[in-house]
Amino acid sequence: MSKFKKRKKGIPAVNTAALPDIVFMLLFFFMVTTTMRETSLQIEAPSLPSATEVKKLEHKSLVSTIYIGKAKDTKYGVGYNKIQLNDKIASADQVPAFIINARTKVAENEIPFMTTSIKADKQSSVGTIIDIRLKLRDVNALKVSYSTNTGSDIK
Amino acid sequence: MARRETPEINAGSMADIAFLLLIFFLVTTTMNVDSGISKKLSEKPPADYVPPVIKERNIFEVNINRNNELLVEGERMDVKEIKDAAVKFIDNGGGEGKLVDGVSTGPCDYCKGEKSSTSSDHPNKAIISVQSDRGTEYGTYIIVQNELLRAYTELRNALCKERYGMSYIELEKLYKDDKNNLELKKKVEDIKTAYPQIISDAEPTSAN
Repeated sequence: MSKFKKRKKGIPAVNTAALPDIVFMLLFFFMVTTTMRETSLQIEAPSLPSATEVKKLEHKSLVSTIYIGKAKDTKYGVGYNKIQLNDKIASADQVPAFIINARTKVAENEIPFMTTSIKADKQSSVGTIIDIRLKLRDVNALKVSYSTNTGSDIK
Repeated sequence: MARRETPEINAGSMADIAFLLLIFFLVTTTMNVDSGISKKLSEKPPADYVPPVIKERNIFEVNINRNNELLVEGERMDVKEIKDAAVKFIDNGGGEGKLVDGVSTGPCDYCKGEKSSTSSDHPNKAIISVQSDRGTEYGTYIIVQNELLRAYTELRNALCKERYGMSYIELEKLYKDDKNNLELKKKVEDIKTAYPQIISDAEPTSAN
């Protein structure tokens, strides 16, 4: 009896020394995973136009992004009409291959829901966009989203 | 002599600090949700495709030249005015609607427009055609697209308020949260067919 009483008297504190380790591990996990799917930009970050009637792009895995803007490296020439696919500066002719390649990564029944997001600089010209659009139509990638900021551009 | 045994550092608050960092990163790394103007491209027409003949009055022509100036229905216009002009055009309701499954949809009974005989027949026949130059700035192009979409949103909101007592945006949100609600779906479809978005991109001018 006396033995039993003795044990109950002092409840030992739960050792929380390992808690920071666990939390740090979580912290690092989130820090690492949130930067993983970012393609490095070969063009200067495009200053997107603004619009009010925007729709959010859902299902990130079904979105392939095409960047249009000014190349960082001047060897590609100046002007705001350089196209970036994946990690390289490319031309509109390579768009179909890019789309077909993106299609291999998703399930077949999800292909019709794939969206191409065009992130173009305000100063790009419509001609470039139209070239890409024609190529997209050739490979039947019909869902397009013109990436914009939310807000109004009208002065 | 005084420090014979080093006192243990209290690590109890360490967890708090780490949690604070964790929450900070969780909050700040709002994985930038992409948003934009979504469009559905038309399918590639077959080689022998003959475009249907559309009456002049049912086309709202918007031209953007290489200096980013607008020409709407043959008149120069400022971007600020284009939305109201588009609303006026779509909501005119001056004639019969298009044939759906061989049955005419009849005159537009919800249109508030002037019923003029020189503007569109019916919202489902009204086509907005945007023609831009290859040298047009993308920013201007998007502004015009956005203004045209705003015109449709305005009309849809007004009709939705009249029929269901809430704006179309609210209705769409409700439907999005409750995808299986057939009643909401019917309402959304109803508004959508009342004012279908028909914005077409014409072939660009000049080739350089």
